[in-house]
Amino acid sequence: MSDGSVAPEPGLGALTLAVPRGALFEETLDRLDALGIATAEVRDNPRRLLFSGPTLGAGVERIVTMRPSDVPTYVEHGAADLGFTGKDVLLEAPSREVYELLDLGYGGCRMVVAARAGDDAMEESLRRLGVARIATKYPGIATRHFAATGRQAEIVEVKGSVELAPLTGLVDAIVDLTATGKTLVENGLEVREEIVGSTARLIANPVAHKLKAAAIDALVTSLRGLGR
Amino acid sequence: MIHPLPPGTRDVLPTEMRELRALSDRLRVSFEGAGYGEVWTPLVEYEETLRRGDDRAARAGVYRMFDDRGRVLVLRSDMTVSIARLVATRYGGVQPPVRLSYLAHSYRAVERGRGQAREFLQGGLELIGPAGAEGDAEVVSLVLAALEEAGLRRHRIGVGDGSLVRGLLGELEVPEERRGTLLEHLSRRDLVALEVDAEELGLSPGARDLLVAIPTLRGGLEVLDRAEGPVARSAEGLRALYDLLAASGAADRTIFDLGLVRELGYYTGAVFEVYDPAVGFALGGGGRYDELLGRFGTPLPACGIALDIQRVHAAQAAEERLG
Repeated sequence: MSDGSVAPEPGLGALTLAVPRGALFEETLDRLDALGIATAEVRDNPRRLLFSGPTLGAGVERIVTMRPSDVPTYVEHGAADLGFTGKDVLLEAPSREVYELLDLGYGGCRMVVAARAGDDAMEESLRRLGVARIATKYPGIATRHFAATGRQAEIVEVKGSVELAPLTGLVDAIVDLTATGKTLVENGLEVREEIVGSTARLIANPVAHKLKAAAIDALVTSLRGLGR
Repeated sequence: MIHPLPPGTRDVLPTEMRELRALSDRLRVSFEGAGYGEVWTPLVEYEETLRRGDDRAARAGVYRMFDDRGRVLVLRSDMTVSIARLVATRYGGVQPPVRLSYLAHSYRAVERGRGQAREFLQGGLELIGPAGAEGDAEVVSLVLAALEEAGLRRHRIGVGDGSLVRGLLGELEVPEERRGTLLEHLSRRDLVALEVDAEELGLSPGARDLLVAIPTLRGGLEVLDRAEGPVARSAEGLRALYDLLAASGAADRTIFDLGLVRELGYYTGAVFEVYDPAVGFALGGGGRYDELLGRFGTPLPACGIALDIQRVHAAQAAEERLG
């Protein structure tokens, strides 16, 4: 500011971070620790959602924790300036207007098509019925994958354990996220197709990216410095 | 009984209406006071007219219908194309500059459940005639002053160059078929995808670094000093704009943003976006569109900006809460 005509901005530059409570939770907090951001309170209070205070460190004044798939929503609307989220979540909601700043490298997993081992229900359905029935928690990704590979699919959206769906005859196959493949194997399923790989990403609200540029750039640089 | 409304639309009741009206009136007074006469154009346009202006503006329209002769009508998605049509049709023999303003609804496709409206009220202005930085500075200074007049204290304007990215892709000799995705990654600021793109294109290390850095080059005058190579020309144009803004006292509110790419394709020079820390979305935007009027047969340089009145209202309310 070259003269005093513009009002000072309370808290401008202090960041709010959205952290997912889920598979990425621990590793995200480990990274924040490494940047000198206090996360003990977040770790010790599994039911509290909002943590704030000038003492958090590294230009961060607030940490909000939430269900992983909500992170892009909070960031898009500016309720959080930066968020940690999986690429899978971003791919499921591609119209969210958030900036993807950094591939954080951790939280590696794959989006796959899986079906009962030693069974070709999906192929048979496609051949005889013209359409495959697919259960998933990721209807966007599943719809696009089958459309892009020229196959007709009826997408059945489920909220809970998707592995159950092909075992009960609800569907021919599932589209789901897997890290080790263990849950699939334990339920007699096997990977048939790999759709896309996913890792944790740092995302930013477009307005905060400009109004809090210095604070965001500093945090990105430190996160980059940690390596993957 | 409860009766539904089409998604993305809503009613306005007296308390809100009074405030919206007061805000609109303040903006109108600011615009009229600066010589920008208010105009009104039909809510429906022929789809063909919108397409002549900008294909994306036509596609962004969410409500379409046929008239009694089978022609396709669209509820306008954008006022600027309508203004270009109006200027070409009604101001044929008039000596520029022409200064026009409007307060009007437009309609755009927005997915459900996003917390955003399909029907939105815009207050905007268009300056037709003056080319380059001088016209840009007039529009930017006026909109900043009008927002201050409306009670905002913390607002900022992001200023970029709408021709930068296209020009850069040309100079880096990015193959035509790759440009679409690259432009998308640049405008969405998907830096992860951009790094992969740059790697795949086999650019020289210098070119790669430049491409990946562009979406992060934002801030004060120092950003322009960091601009190198093909970007230096854009920086020069923006510096000229800065000098004019400094003279009108608007420079402190300006954020240079070399990665700013507006979604509509008709911008040829400076592009703008208005921000306030209280609102997570841009309050409005615009830019220089020197070729749009030519598409309607009146080749004149022009520049404009539009504010989303409801978002400005939200910023205003937040400002009052801060006291």
